Amino acid sequence: MEATVATKEHHSWADDKTEKKPFGASYGKMMMWFFIMSDALTFSGFIAAYGLMRFKFIETWPIADEVFTHIPFIHGEFPMYYVAFMTFVLIFSSVTMVLAVDAGHQMKKNKVAWYMFATILGGAVFVGSQAWEWKTFINGSYGAVEMHDGKIIQFVDGSGHQVALESFVTAHEGERKQHARKNGLWFVKEGSLPVFTMDEVMEGFKKHPELSIRTEKIDASVKQKEVLSRADAMKYLAEGKQVVKGANLKVNEYGNTLFADFFFFITGFHGFHVFSGIVFNIIIFFNVIIGTYEKRKNYEMVEKVGLYWHFVDLVWVFVFTFFYLV
Amino acid sequence: MAHGAHESHTALIWKVFGFLSLVTVVEVALGIIKPASLHLTSFLGTSPLNWIFIILTLVKAYGITWYFMHMIDEQKWFRRSVVWTTVFLICYLTVILLVEGDYLHEVLTPYIKWDY
Repeated sequence: MEATVATKEHHSWADDKTEKKPFGASYGKMMMWFFIMSDALTFSGFIAAYGLMRFKFIETWPIADEVFTHIPFIHGEFPMYYVAFMTFVLIFSSVTMVLAVDAGHQMKKNKVAWYMFATILGGAVFVGSQAWEWKTFINGSYGAVEMHDGKIIQFVDGSGHQVALESFVTAHEGERKQHARKNGLWFVKEGSLPVFTMDEVMEGFKKHPELSIRTEKIDASVKQKEVLSRADAMKYLAEGKQVVKGANLKVNEYGNTLFADFFFFITGFHGFHVFSGIVFNIIIFFNVIIGTYEKRKNYEMVEKVGLYWHFVDLVWVFVFTFFYLV
Repeated sequence: MAHGAHESHTALIWKVFGFLSLVTVVEVALGIIKPASLHLTSFLGTSPLNWIFIILTLVKAYGITWYFMHMIDEQKWFRRSVVWTTVFLICYLTVILLVEGDYLHEVLTPYIKWDY
């Protein structure tokens, strides 16, 4: 702040000894709050846009419980548990942050340093979990078929549970190979080809009479995706364009592509905030260790990055609700 | 800090943490069980379960802002200038976008084909 003082007459905010600072808040803290306000509005814009598209496609939107069902190292379907764990990690790192601020008020340098360290660790665990969540989402779980008009159809067994493509489709040795620089035009790239062709899927589906498909359409009375009769399933499958595995910005095996787009964008933007929060925390952590704030005789910087860190937690609370719960 | 020695608020912090965790546990439990009476009925445009989630989220947001971000210790009008402005703008944006989304849905639905 000293750098902004232009003349001797200039009465800077920090110099004010009259205790008449606006709202009794320091300049840095107030500006952090106003930054948080603008950032909150940015996030609301994203989440409200998600709401707009979800309302537009309310009858076909993917059901989050069926999308995020994985836990590291454990097989099976466990909706929600892992996200709940991530939420806890973030709330807990918020607690260690506020404990650091509290210790700062009492000028306990070592305590501040340790709590900051715990906060950084919590943040790192969260970002790591987020990366794992992305990886799982991108790789996909069961695979599906995209129809010519862009709809997604998924395969289910007699009890309505989803079935992985590999469990009933056999791949044949095909003519078509992935185009790479070494076997074709060096300036043309091609993404990896789908594991199965439509013909192979059709063949496998005919061999397994117990299977059927479900559409994106949600049956409002039970809030589950509608399962078609075998005869209808054949008609749908005849319109199939390609096999889809996993999710990216163009196609999404779980349903509407917009779901994946918003997932990547919103959790990515939030993850980026967590990452920058970790960077700020590390800078402040080292400043605490070398005694910068001890010399300054106040730990307000810890409080300011703390505000940012809590804000990141606050945003996650909303992302958690609107992406995974509602 | 100009107010001299600060007493520790550690006990309060842990209490707030316990409360936030409890709310999260309730949310997750409801999200997994999804009781039919709350999930499949409708109240004010969406299911009661969704309203519970939204209200609990706002309660958590309050806890974080007031106790972790120390809004409770700020002066009344500073708090209001931040909270009221933000809440107003977010409500404004959300209402408009959701009404628009509902309209888009109404217009689009007749054109989606489900029989092949």
